[in-house]
Amino acid sequence: MAEIRIENLHKTFGDFTAVRDSSFTVKDGEFFVMLGPSGCGKTTTLRMIAGLELPTLGRIFLDGEDVTTRRGGERDIAFVFQLFALYPHMNVRKNISFPLRMEGRPRKEVRERTEEVARMLQIDHLLESPVGGLSSGDRQRVALGRAVVRRAKAFLMDEPLGALDAQFRELMCEELRLLHLRVKATTVYVTHDQIEAMSMADRICIMNNAEVLQIGPPSEVYARPATRFVAGFVGSPSMNFIAGEGGLNAGSEAVQVRGSRIAIPRLHEDLTSSEAILGARPEHIHISDQGALRGRVFAVEYMGTRQLITVDTDSGRLRVRAPNTVRVNDGETVGLDFDSEKIVVFDSRTDRAVSSAFTGGGAGG
Amino acid sequence: MSAATTSSATTRAHSVVETSARGKWFAGLVVVAYALITLIPLVWILATSLKSPPDSISYPPKVIFEPSMEGYVNLFTTRSRQTAEYIENLGPAETWYDEIVRKRNMVIVGPSRFLDRYFNSVVIGFGSTFLAVFLGTLAAYGFSRFKVPLKDDLLFFILSTRMMPPIAVAIPIYLMYRTLGLSDTALGMILLYTAVNVSLSVWLLKGFMDEIPREYEEAAVVDGYTRLQAFWKVVLPQARSGIAATAIFCLIFAWNEYAFALLLTSGNAQTAPPFIPIIIGEGGLDWPAVAAGTTLFLLPIVFFTVLLRNQLLRGITFGAVRK
Repeated sequence: MAEIRIENLHKTFGDFTAVRDSSFTVKDGEFFVMLGPSGCGKTTTLRMIAGLELPTLGRIFLDGEDVTTRRGGERDIAFVFQLFALYPHMNVRKNISFPLRMEGRPRKEVRERTEEVARMLQIDHLLESPVGGLSSGDRQRVALGRAVVRRAKAFLMDEPLGALDAQFRELMCEELRLLHLRVKATTVYVTHDQIEAMSMADRICIMNNAEVLQIGPPSEVYARPATRFVAGFVGSPSMNFIAGEGGLNAGSEAVQVRGSRIAIPRLHEDLTSSEAILGARPEHIHISDQGALRGRVFAVEYMGTRQLITVDTDSGRLRVRAPNTVRVNDGETVGLDFDSEKIVVFDSRTDRAVSSAFTGGGAGG
Repeated sequence: MSAATTSSATTRAHSVVETSARGKWFAGLVVVAYALITLIPLVWILATSLKSPPDSISYPPKVIFEPSMEGYVNLFTTRSRQTAEYIENLGPAETWYDEIVRKRNMVIVGPSRFLDRYFNSVVIGFGSTFLAVFLGTLAAYGFSRFKVPLKDDLLFFILSTRMMPPIAVAIPIYLMYRTLGLSDTALGMILLYTAVNVSLSVWLLKGFMDEIPREYEEAAVVDGYTRLQAFWKVVLPQARSGIAATAIFCLIFAWNEYAFALLLTSGNAQTAPPFIPIIIGEGGLDWPAVAAGTTLFLLPIVFFTVLLRNQLLRGITFGAVRK
């Protein structure tokens, strides 16, 4: 078990910067998810931690020890690949025991540990079968088994559920989480699927364009996104953005939107530009007769106990998550009310969240 | 018009999806016919090897004949002609092959050089195949996995050695070999065939290596294996069918090569191909012996092709279907 610390990590491929000056610490035993769109540098970061890529600049510490230039095999880290990378010429048993055989363990120990892991993952009945004929879920379990069997200091997983179909993914999500609770190994998990990230992570690290934007528990990242990108990337449907008019200063408590006044949490700092962007989650907007902002209902999606109402306003299309007791029809004009204390204000120039009574202290998160 | 077009289109679509019984019959017929056509020369060689010399040159050719082992006996022996009295004085023949030879008023005076030539073919053919595949595997792995400066140019140069018939450089090679003392040596022939085959081997194997995902090696490296161990334990087993297919192609070339062998070898390192067609018998070529030599010469290739036919099939169709 180990803590992974990354300091000022930087990686370029020719002219392309894959990772820019990233620093963070993954705590011992934590399930740490790196989330971001493809090409944002999350996989490159993971591969540097694994020793499969050498950083251009920066250091990597494993349990306080500098492993930056160490070979992957000498870091005591297990890696689960997106396409599992099961050796097709070996059966399940040989695949799982492959790392142990490298370590030159006695045969009895190899057998016992392999079988123990297989039992834990419920693939003990498949031990002698070739990996070619396995279902994708079982392949995934074998790949996990190969990682777990080593009792490595940390697990790195590169979109391990990416190759599974949606239904199966949910099940494996749960299994992964249970596995983590049992093994309690520090885990760094890379995904572009925010639902996966939200449901599994202890903490999420969101990256875009080679930079780390925010690190925090899922609820924090969801409620108090540090930048507009995070606000848009996390949550489905994503946060609504409304352009406000006029400059805002520290102490402001309301903003003008198309002539209506919308209350916001008291700001702690000045904006650097004359335009503010308000961010509101769909569940923080309510249909009401008096609402400050008015618009026409564009679509209503019924989702069981809730419904998703899309409203066209002068400030753009907003999505509202409302209880199914609210009755509106397409084309109807409705008013919108906001949960003012939950609104996040973004600076339109820097795209960063402005520190306020809601987002608290520094804007960095 | 339009109705006709539609109906023909549907028939075509239909025939693509499932073959009708009649279609299957037809396809089978074509395959059998093609097989027969390709088999005729082989059958003819086998038949001739079992004919007596007069039968082998009779006109019209005999399809039904009395089988004789004379060709095989002549292939393996040197004989001398004697008078009938001399042969009678020798007493009864001790072996079946003595008997065959004496019927033609001859006695066996020793073995022929066929076995030497055959042995040369084995050494040179398998030696050069091993070298070409060994070098090709390493080069292909390097080209497939590492950043090699001027990679594309190098690969093109390697391939360009195949753009002319090898025999086009026969004279320079002949002169070089004479200067280096490599002419008429097994080593010289092994090097030559390796040089010709290694381009094929690099290109074929690079295709196979490219198809093996890097993740396998990365997984092994993270698990503590060195690059070489990963290559040995993970890459090689997966490239097996590719290596087998490549080896067969290289072997077929080296085994059958005639022109260089004729030019560069004579007394010492001569291989079977230049030797077999010039086996002289009574009054010209000894056709049954030539056919017998050819038959025996074909066996190893047939054996290995049958042994590796599954790998070969996979090798030829490799990359055609994605997993």
